[in-house]
Amino acid sequence: MPKLSAILTLTSSLILGVGGVWIAYNVDMLPVSASMNAPVYDELYRVLFIIGCILFIGMTALVIYSLIQFRRRPGETGDGIDLEGNISLEIFWTAVPAIVVLFVGLYSYDIYDRMGGMQPLMHDHSGKMDNQAERVWGGIGSGPIESSSRTNSSSLPIELTAMQFAFIFHYPKGDIISGELHVPVGREVSLKMESKDVIHAFWVPQFRLKQDVIPGQPTILNFTPTKAGNFPIVCAELCGPYHGGMRSNVIVDEQEDFDTWLKENAKESI
Amino acid sequence: MTISLKPSNSPQEKLQPTGWLKYLSFSLDHKVIGLQYLVCGFLFYLIGGSLAGAIRVELISPLSDFMPREVYNQVLTLHGTIMIFLWIVPVVNGAFGNYLIPFYVGARDMAFPRLNAVAFWLIPPSGLMLITSYFINGAAQSGWTAYPPLSITTPAAGQIIWILSVLLLGGSSIFGGINFIATILKLRRPGLKLMQLPMYCWAMLGTSILVVLSTPVLAGTLILLSFDIVAHTGFFNPSLGGNVIVYQHLFWFYSHPAVYIMVLPAFGLVSEILPIHSRKPLFGYTTMVFSIMGIVVLGLVVWAHHMFTSGTPPWMRLFFTIATAFIAVPTGIKFFNWVATLWGGKISLNAAMLFSCGFIINFVLGGITGVALAQVPFDVHVHDTYFVVAHFHYIVYGGSVFVIFSSIYHWFPKFTGKMLNENLGRFHFIITFIGFNLCFAPQHWLGLNGMPRRVAEYDPQFQLINQISSVGALLMALSTLPFLWNILQSILYGNEAGDNPWNALTPEWLTSSPPPVENWEGEAPLVLEPYGYGEKNSKNTQESMK
Repeated sequence: MPKLSAILTLTSSLILGVGGVWIAYNVDMLPVSASMNAPVYDELYRVLFIIGCILFIGMTALVIYSLIQFRRRPGETGDGIDLEGNISLEIFWTAVPAIVVLFVGLYSYDIYDRMGGMQPLMHDHSGKMDNQAERVWGGIGSGPIESSSRTNSSSLPIELTAMQFAFIFHYPKGDIISGELHVPVGREVSLKMESKDVIHAFWVPQFRLKQDVIPGQPTILNFTPTKAGNFPIVCAELCGPYHGGMRSNVIVDEQEDFDTWLKENAKESI
Repeated sequence: MTISLKPSNSPQEKLQPTGWLKYLSFSLDHKVIGLQYLVCGFLFYLIGGSLAGAIRVELISPLSDFMPREVYNQVLTLHGTIMIFLWIVPVVNGAFGNYLIPFYVGARDMAFPRLNAVAFWLIPPSGLMLITSYFINGAAQSGWTAYPPLSITTPAAGQIIWILSVLLLGGSSIFGGINFIATILKLRRPGLKLMQLPMYCWAMLGTSILVVLSTPVLAGTLILLSFDIVAHTGFFNPSLGGNVIVYQHLFWFYSHPAVYIMVLPAFGLVSEILPIHSRKPLFGYTTMVFSIMGIVVLGLVVWAHHMFTSGTPPWMRLFFTIATAFIAVPTGIKFFNWVATLWGGKISLNAAMLFSCGFIINFVLGGITGVALAQVPFDVHVHDTYFVVAHFHYIVYGGSVFVIFSSIYHWFPKFTGKMLNENLGRFHFIITFIGFNLCFAPQHWLGLNGMPRRVAEYDPQFQLINQISSVGALLMALSTLPFLWNILQSILYGNEAGDNPWNALTPEWLTSSPPPVENWEGEAPLVLEPYGYGEKNSKNTQESMK
């Protein structure tokens, strides 16, 4: 009998494991990935989804199985078995979640690092000399490590001012002001953000990036678009009555098209 | 030394109205106060639920066309505030805590009956004040989080009434917390050790510690916020040199533990219900106790995971990621122990059992998305989106509210002496379970694909999924009808329950239904093994000292 139950446990765990992986690879719930850290994000998402599917399906199956198998049949009286605990079982289901959580934590640290989250955020002060270094808080750094090996000067600096209920982008190079964000494919963008009134958030779902835009506290967001196209910019922090309408677009162009746009709109010659 | 007062001799009884009137009085009886909390909470649940219905109607179409945008923000603010502060917190703590804790520790009432009555009577006026603010000058419209500077710049009257109301409700919660700690630690019947208490006592002890430690921080924060609004101070106002991030730290220092204040008592209630209806001892009592305390300790050091997209330095993000993810360990232990409690039982598939098992399934999903949300790189995409809305409702509706329904089905015979209709109860469960999952499961997809939360208008590509979600919400609303019918019908014409219809061992069942004032006619029973079920158990599980 113990042999049979061991085999049953083994096969059901195998089916569960394979099923979880199969579901995670065949159910795609994410939008297009269009920045350098999006594929890294999707990798983490996939791992979390696999673990989640296995856990959820396993627990649900256990509960439903117990309810059916151990239901009180008509006419049955009496109690269930007198089982108050089992030390080895309890150690097992303390240790396994602890190990899984530790693994997920370390893995997501690795993902975070690969997205550049652990790199110190630096902001070029464009000549201004302050006594104190400006405190800039920010989100994920400059994207995957590979891209950050390039020199910082190659990143495209853009300033974002958020206000009720619009995003205003300012390109220091050419002194362009735009309601939409134009960026070239494959070049790192360094977005320095500050809000004029309340807290807003800059979110591009296809970039898998979000950073609050805070009044009185500049924040910075670095990213590298990888796909040409037109993606939504969404305000994700409740900012007033028209919060749902506070949207814009990021237009990712090929380098030549971006240069043309820059030339056409520049107030001063570049 | 024993004190055994006949209820008719009780000095309380003479001062208090009897019959239905006592539920409208400043009663000192913990059972009356418990039911006052329950009924009052349920009335606010109906209001909060109607507001949720209004939100789902607005979201049927991608345009903001059902109500003005300002009103939409007021509705979502009131919905969140009412459901948290006037329904779930008062019911899982105040209602069941007041009704059950004195029974469980073998006491005749709570430690401070007057404080207890004050704690309850703070709730109806603050709730009414909150709702009337809508009709005076418009309610608060900055969400239940009231982040400055939005809360400073929106119309002041509604926001100030909101702050006042939340302060009073927080005060009520603190009074209750002090009372529970004193009752559990000091009013235990002699001979009853802490490790012999039913699990709900441990859950309430842990919850009350969280309430007493963290609620004052919220109170202080909201007082500073009200100074910013009325006296134009600059604590959180950036244009006067204030810092908006400090508010978020202080707010979440309370409001993350608030999630545990809503679910820990629910964990305790489920731990009472499952053993009785599966006729088995609670599996792993000791690990259950330690996991509650583990959740309490960890719950106090995870607040900044709500702020991963605000301004937080990298080391802080990592610390809060790891701390948050580790809450999954003690929580996981509890869930495995519950499944082990079902295993090998003789399970009655009644409404109480079904709602408890529905809770397990819903909460496992909410817990999994919770561990995912704790990971910084995952969170920066889905923070402040419908993914979070889905996660949160899986925890507080799929978790706490399912347990509240389960507990009502379980303790109704004790409250009233009448049985509920089980078939109607099972029907109620099925509609609620389907409606709930239809409403909230699709919202995970909405969040991942780009729909932010708290919006009255959205990208038209999300319309179909939002409509499915609204159909789910409609089912949830309809599911209240069989429940209400069942309650009314059973109070009037229900079958007599007898003292102990479930054949249970915990002390509230060892007295009449409904119990007399001061709980037992004679001596309080000494229950040393509240979970002494199981076929092979020949031990005498309880003894009454004469």
